Amino acid sequence: MVWQLDLFLLVFIIVLAILSLVVKDLLLSIILLGGYSFFMALIYAEMGAVDVSFTEASVGAGVSTIFMIVALYFTARFVRRDVKTKKISLAGLILASLTALVMIYVADAMPDWGNPQAPAHLHISDRYIEKSQIEMATPNMVTTILADYRGYDTLGETTVIFIAGIVCLLLLGTATQRLKHNYDTKI
Amino acid sequence: MIDFFIFVGVLLCVLITFIFYRVFAGPTLFDRLISMGVIGTKTLVLLLLIGFIYKRPDMFVDISLVYTLLNFIGVLAITKYLRRYKTDGY
Repeated sequence: MVWQLDLFLLVFIIVLAILSLVVKDLLLSIILLGGYSFFMALIYAEMGAVDVSFTEASVGAGVSTIFMIVALYFTARFVRRDVKTKKISLAGLILASLTALVMIYVADAMPDWGNPQAPAHLHISDRYIEKSQIEMATPNMVTTILADYRGYDTLGETTVIFIAGIVCLLLLGTATQRLKHNYDTKI
Repeated sequence: MIDFFIFVGVLLCVLITFIFYRVFAGPTLFDRLISMGVIGTKTLVLLLLIGFIYKRPDMFVDISLVYTLLNFIGVLAITKYLRRYKTDGY
């Protein structure tokens, strides 16, 4: 990690998140969230997780932006003048700040980035590296971990992704049909 | 050499902060849209610089290509929305 870049990127992310909550224009909010995802992907890439960065860029910035714009077709872009916006509730503010305080307190105990002595790297990686070739006889270690050791986990994940895909198709299908219907009746 | 890349990256980040002013203040939606596009282009260069810092630029070129495509697709979706619900600049 390069701390000079990190400093800027994290500040940008905070600024974009606050801006996207504050603005009254929903379309602008969507644009800002897209930028947020781009910066997030940049941070993932900087941490060396290129695959996560790829996913964040395509799902967070690409697909979800388009889905939110599709959702915007069915609602208004601006806040109505006669609707009063709620003030920030005190209880929620206190709860959120308390949670943030707890998280900041605990964050100090996290292992450093890239620390080989971190608990996640200690007890199971060596076993995968040493035994996966003998036990599973598959040349690719990542495939062994995903498809054999974590077989049920992967099965669940694929099911979730499959269901999500079907739901997206269903939603988009009805949305375009309804839009076409509206368009036809208008003319 | 790495120091040079980090320096260029920090310089780009400083430039991005200037563009953020237009995102804040830009009177019309299109100012903000274009400024977000410019920020997207700058993050692309930043990504390539990170690739050079880690000495694996070939891998990062792929992601940066995806970045550009997605930036473009997002703008396309927004323009499609704006074509249907026309605005007078805002």
